Order: sequence, then structure tokens, then C-alpha cells
Amino acid sequence: MIENVKQNYLTHPKGIMSWLLTLDHKRIGLMYLVSGILFFFMGGLLALGMRLELAAPGNDFISSEQYNNIYTLHGAIMIFLFIIPAIPGALGNILLPLMVGAKDVAFPRLNLASFYIYSFGALFALYTIVNGGVDTGWTFYTPYSTQSSSNVVPMTLGIFIIGFSSILTGLNFIATVHKMRIPGLTWYKLPLFVWALYGTSLVQITATPVLAITMVLLMLERFLGIGIFDPALGGDPVLYQHFFWFYSHPAVYIMILPAFGIISEIIPVHSRKKIWGYKFIAYSTLSIAFIGFLVWGHHMFTSGQSVFSQIVFSFITYFVGIPTGVKIFSWILTMYKGQVSFTPPMIYALSFLFLFTIGGLTGIFLGAVALDIHLHDTYFVVAHFHYVMQGGTIVAFLGGLHHWWPKSFGTMYNQTIANICAFGVFLGFNGTFFPQFLLGLRGMPRRYATYSEQFVELHSYSTFWSGILGFSIFFAIVNLFWSFMKRNKVDPGSNPWGGMSLEWTHTSSPPHPHNFETDPVFEHGPYDYDKVIVEKTYKK
Amino acid sequence: MFDWLTEFFFPKQVSTFASDIDNLFYFIFYSSLVLFLIVVIGMVYLSIKYRARKDEPLRLTSSKDHSNLLESLFFIIPLILVSITFVWGIRSYLKMVIVPDDAIEIKVTGVSWFWTFDYPDGGQTLNELVVPSNTPVKLVLSSKDVLHSFFIPVMRSKMDCLPNRYNVMWFDATKEGVYDIFCTEYCGTGHSAMGAQVIVMKPAQYEEWASELGADDDSIPLDELGARLYTQKACNTCHTEDGSALVGPSFLQTSQMYEQERVFDDGTSSVIDDNYVRSSILEPQTQIVAGYQGVMPTYQGLLNDRELDALIAYIKSLDGDSQI
Repeated sequence: MIENVKQNYLTHPKGIMSWLLTLDHKRIGLMYLVSGILFFFMGGLLALGMRLELAAPGNDFISSEQYNNIYTLHGAIMIFLFIIPAIPGALGNILLPLMVGAKDVAFPRLNLASFYIYSFGALFALYTIVNGGVDTGWTFYTPYSTQSSSNVVPMTLGIFIIGFSSILTGLNFIATVHKMRIPGLTWYKLPLFVWALYGTSLVQITATPVLAITMVLLMLERFLGIGIFDPALGGDPVLYQHFFWFYSHPAVYIMILPAFGIISEIIPVHSRKKIWGYKFIAYSTLSIAFIGFLVWGHHMFTSGQSVFSQIVFSFITYFVGIPTGVKIFSWILTMYKGQVSFTPPMIYALSFLFLFTIGGLTGIFLGAVALDIHLHDTYFVVAHFHYVMQGGTIVAFLGGLHHWWPKSFGTMYNQTIANICAFGVFLGFNGTFFPQFLLGLRGMPRRYATYSEQFVELHSYSTFWSGILGFSIFFAIVNLFWSFMKRNKVDPGSNPWGGMSLEWTHTSSPPHPHNFETDPVFEHGPYDYDKVIVEKTYKK
Repeated sequence: MFDWLTEFFFPKQVSTFASDIDNLFYFIFYSSLVLFLIVVIGMVYLSIKYRARKDEPLRLTSSKDHSNLLESLFFIIPLILVSITFVWGIRSYLKMVIVPDDAIEIKVTGVSWFWTFDYPDGGQTLNELVVPSNTPVKLVLSSKDVLHSFFIPVMRSKMDCLPNRYNVMWFDATKEGVYDIFCTEYCGTGHSAMGAQVIVMKPAQYEEWASELGADDDSIPLDELGARLYTQKACNTCHTEDGSALVGPSFLQTSQMYEQERVFDDGTSSVIDDNYVRSSILEPQTQIVAGYQGVMPTYQGLLNDRELDALIAYIKSLDGDSQI
């Protein structure tokens, strides 16, 4: 344990320039975290606006145009400005070098560049919002997006730019995992969060260029009238869907793999138990990343693609499901013969298992072609991907924040409030999205600003619970930042959950500007709860 | 399976393949429910059984981290279930794509934001698809502008409509009635109002209906015919009768402003008269009322002269104080 630490990265060095020009991965991570959460709140408010409009049929609160703008911005902000950049950008940046025992990521300057590219891209998105929005849906399907008079170009340009930030971060992480591990920390001794970030990074650098090319082609078509996707110019709108989903399906794994990594850390630490099936979880991360590239066609089951393609895409889709399923069983079995504490991170992890299992299983319904044809583009799909993206990724992200908060920022939040908010998120989430499965089965199409009377009951139910969900998430995050404002400091050597990976055992809280005061020596694996007892140390 | 359950989850089953698809749903639903319960019960049981007791000292925990038997089961059981699902999904799907030879063919066209239906013996309807029961019906779908998707929940069928390309779907309706049609591919402002209805009739009744289709009904007064066309031709998607603005200006406003100047978005203006209304229906992009977007499609070819006269008469009749 390290005592009497005088310096930490938050207070040393001082001054605004030391933040703006910082090369410290932890500071860059914190900047990603703050900007990510701002966009998360923005996207969340838009979502509540939609739910308010949908509480009753008819345009009683906003017009159809406004609704179309709001749902497009909700999707685009949540995906491109929050989920994709924020989890690797915030938790990944702060933790990856600490976990492998490095002083920083492999290319610190590139890391800062990544953040500024992200911010620059985000400016285009903000410009889109103040300039009247964009109404094409986050998918930008042609020919609507080539004809729409809204801000398609600024938004796609923003996404194009943010893509580079994604690629550079991925590159940085891959180099860091390969080259910066301390001696003794072999691949199979790495915390699984590192494996998850590694898998994510591989997808980021291979898939994102395809999105960038697609966005460039879309802009070329709008500016120069070159017919690529618009049939009026001799293009092919289905080609656009192939290009788009060739990126956007792997992007689902960019979003969910880090969440798998977070859960693989939280459950063993809070159960004080060696993780079940380490190698399986590690390899399934890579295989999911790979198979994720081969299933994009299941987004196009009603587009009129050939029967043969339908069969092949349906078949491969199930191959993603199986390793994911075994992962869930491994996480549950990890608790066997452990010492489970119901701390806030653990509550989030357990609710992740509940919600993500529903998200995963409802994917099986959508993978069956005959059934998907009925469910395609209905609220069933909306509910399914929210169970995966919010119930999965965002719940895991909140769990990860609560898990590493005392480590990253040296302060402890109020754990009772955190637990109450975690329950609120769980209840509010199910209340909001479970009725949407029924809506979809009964035939309610998605992206509708108004709807017929038969759907009123379920919609108003969903709206009611979305308020509870919104409040819970808001207070959960306020509770975290409040501990920071209140300077509710933990002891610098603090390891409140008894974690065993390097960030818990070899650094102070918050960490030293150079991470480790002396070169860390590898002593035990991240999950060796059967070999070594690491005390839980936590003092206010 | 159980009727009340079907009513709870799904709309009515009207096509021949609907019950097969619903049964596939129940198969996945019950298998998923079992897997889900294993996950949740396992999670709750293990976390409570092995919870850390109060003031229990930290101890070295079990090193057990794998079990070949359990892992094989977790691999094999889901594999069997998804294999059944996959094969079932494909078999049912093939029934949905192989169109019987004796199907009658109806051409479906999506236009922002209404549907037109062209029948084999001539004649066209708008937002009302009329089909005979117990007869295979093949729909050939395309779009005039952006993507649309043609969804009939009771038939459990759906297909995208693309410009410059034809997609095909078919169904064989088993029950007479009137059912909803939705557009499920986002197509702009009027997307959520782009609904239509499918009317399933007995074959004899359909024959009679089809033979009358296209014949003018001269007996109805013009303004009554116009009122009927107002909903039949989907004017009501964008134009209200009560003065409130939707996508386009309200017909009531147009009626009240008859013989008065109307300002357009390019700064020009014109007096509202019968010619203005006629050209606004046939060439909607030439004069766009200030404050609105030029998004209306042309009705050229969709309305005959008498129908145009009827709509003009109907719009004029909306304003009670009008002298006309």
C-alpha cells in the first residue's frame, strides 16, 4: 500500500493550459467522461421529449417535423457522441495504462489529438442542432437523406470526423496492449476489461473506415450529384444499406464489448472469486468481434435481398448468440462459492445480467427470418436494441463508473443513494421498454410521431416509467459528481472493493501523475482470489 | 395455440401463414423463458447463497473456474434450440416468398404519403386495398420517391418499396374484414400518417366491386363526392378541415380566403380561385404557400376531371359564409 502520496494527477500540474494540453491519459479520460455525460444528458432529454409526445396519440405537444428531428438527434447523439466514444474514451483511457502497468498509453500525443478530433466533430453536431436539426433518422437512409433539406451534411461530416478519433483511439489501445505490459503480465493474466478494449479497438480500426467512406459518398452525391445511392441519379439505395450496416452492425460490438469487459471486472471483484472460464470469455470477445462483421444483412430482411442471402445472414446471426450466451452463464457461475457483496457496482452488474439477457434473447426472435418480417421496423426492434444498448451498455457503464470512481477520482459517493438509483434505473428501464415489445408484436411501427388509439395504453405506460428512468439516471450521476464537489476524499491507498488488478494494488487514489511511483512488479493475477487475500481498505 | 394468448401478443391471424409464424414465436418465447429463468434464478440463488455475511472475515475463495459438463450443456442446449429456430424460420420464410401461380396481381405504389393500388382488370384505388378472401394475392411493390415499407400486421407480412425496382410479397387472406396497413420505413414528415386499409371481401363481392371500379358515379353531388375523395385520396393526411395547420395549409383556410390574395414562399402572390386550386393539386411544386414546405406529390393521373371539380366544390363548401 502506498502511503503519504502528495501528488495526484487531478491537482498536479495546475492551470487551465495543463488540462488543455495534457498528455496524461487520465486527464484525457476525464475530459471524455465529462463531454460524454453532457451528450448523454442531451440525448436523454430528447428521449424524454419523444416519450412525452407519445404519451397520447396525435400531435399534442410537438409537430411531426419536430418529432422527426428529435428522434434523429437522440439516436445520433447517443450513438456517435456518447456510447461509441465515451466508454473506450473515458473508462478505457483512464484504466487501460493502469491495468497493464504502463506510465501512459503508447502514443500520448495521438491520444490528445483523438480527443480534439472528437470535440471538433462534436461541434458539427452541435451546429446541426442550433441550425434546425436533421430529420433523416440516425441511419441516414437514401434517397431520403439525399433529398432532405435538413442539415444532413453537417451531421454526416461530424460523424465522419468523429470516426477518425475512434480509429486513432483504437490504434493507440492496440499498441498499448501489445507493447506496454509489464514483465510477467502475459495475455492470459490481463484483466478481461483489457481484452474487451482490445477487441473493441480491432473493430474500431477495421469497421470505421467503411462508415467514413459511406459518409463521403453521401456528401459527394449531395454536392456533386454523382449517382451512387439515389435512384433518381441512377444509384442504388440498397447499396447504401449494405455499406451502412457493414459498419453499424460491428459498431454494436464497439458499444457492447467494453460493457462485457466492465462486467467481467465487477463480478469477480465484488464476489471475491476467480472468474469462471477466463479463456472462454477472452476468446469469445475476439470471436464476437469477428463474427460481428458477417451478419449485417439481418438489418435488411425486408429490403428485398435474395432468399439465399436471407438464409445465410440468419444462419450466421445465431453464431453471435451462442458465445454471448456462454459468457452470461460464466458471469453467473463466477459467484459460485464466492463472497458476494451487494455494493452499487454489483447491483448494476446484476441488473445488467437481467436486462442484457432479455436483450440477447429477443435478438433470437429477430434472427428468425419469417418472424423478423413481422417484427422488422416495429417497436419490438426499438425495445430489443434499448435492452442491449441501454440495459446492457449504459447500465454496465454506470456500474463501471461506480466501481472505479473512488480509484479514478479519490472520492467516495453516497452508497445508499447509489443503490436506490440503481434500483430506480432497473425498474424505470423495464417499465419503459418492456411494454414496447408488446407494442411491436401488435404491429406498432417505429419512428411514428402519432399513432392509432389501439396503442394508447402501452405507450402511456412506457412514458410514465421513462420519467422514473430519467430521474434515476440523473441522480445516479449527480450523486457521483457530488462526492467530487464535496471532496468526500478516500484514503490515498484506498481499495474499497478489494480489487486485485494493478490499478487497485499498485497506485494511489487518485493515481499519481505518472501512475506508479516505482515500477510495478507483477505479483498475482487479476482474479487470484483463491491464492491471495487483498484487504478491502476504505477510510473516509 | 391459445386464442386469448394470440389476442394478447398479436393482431388477428388473417393470412394462411400467420399461425405458423405465431407458433414459431411461441416456440422461441417459451424456450427463451426457460433460459431466462435459469439465468435469473441462478443469479439470485448464487448471489444470495454466497453473500458475504456481516463482519465475515475475507477468506480465500474456491479456485473452481470451469466445469466441462456445465459448459458443454450451455453450449449444446442453446445450439439445439437455435438450430430448430433457424430451420423453422427458413421453412416458414420460404412459404412467404414462393408465390402460388394462380395469384391475382395487384400493383402497390408508395408515394409520400399515400398508397395507390392498381388492379389487374384496370382501375385504381388510393389507401384502400381491396382483395378477395381465400384467394392468393400477389403484390408488386415499388415507390415513386423515397423508401417506404408496406406492412400488414394481420397478414404478418411486410416488404420495402424502392424507387425504380420491384419487390414482391403475397398473402392469402382467410377472414373477411377491414385491417390496418402501416408504412414502416421512415419517409419524412407524413410517415406516421401514411396508413391505409386492406378490405377483404368474399370473392363474389370482390368481382362485383372490381367490375364497378373505375366507373364514374355521376349521381353524387360534386361537393359530397369531394368530401369522400378528401379521405379516399389521403388529402386529410396533410390538410385539415378545421383550420389547424398540418404539413400543408388547412382547406378551411383556403376556403375562407377564396377570391383573396395568397402569398407564396418566393414572394409572389395570387388570388385563390378554381384554377389555383386545380393547379395546386396537379402541380403542387409550382406555388408553395409561404410558411410551408414543398413536399406534396402531384396528383396528375390520380384524379379525373370530375374528381378535380368535386374537390374544388368541396373546398369551397367548407366555409359556411361563402356565397358560392
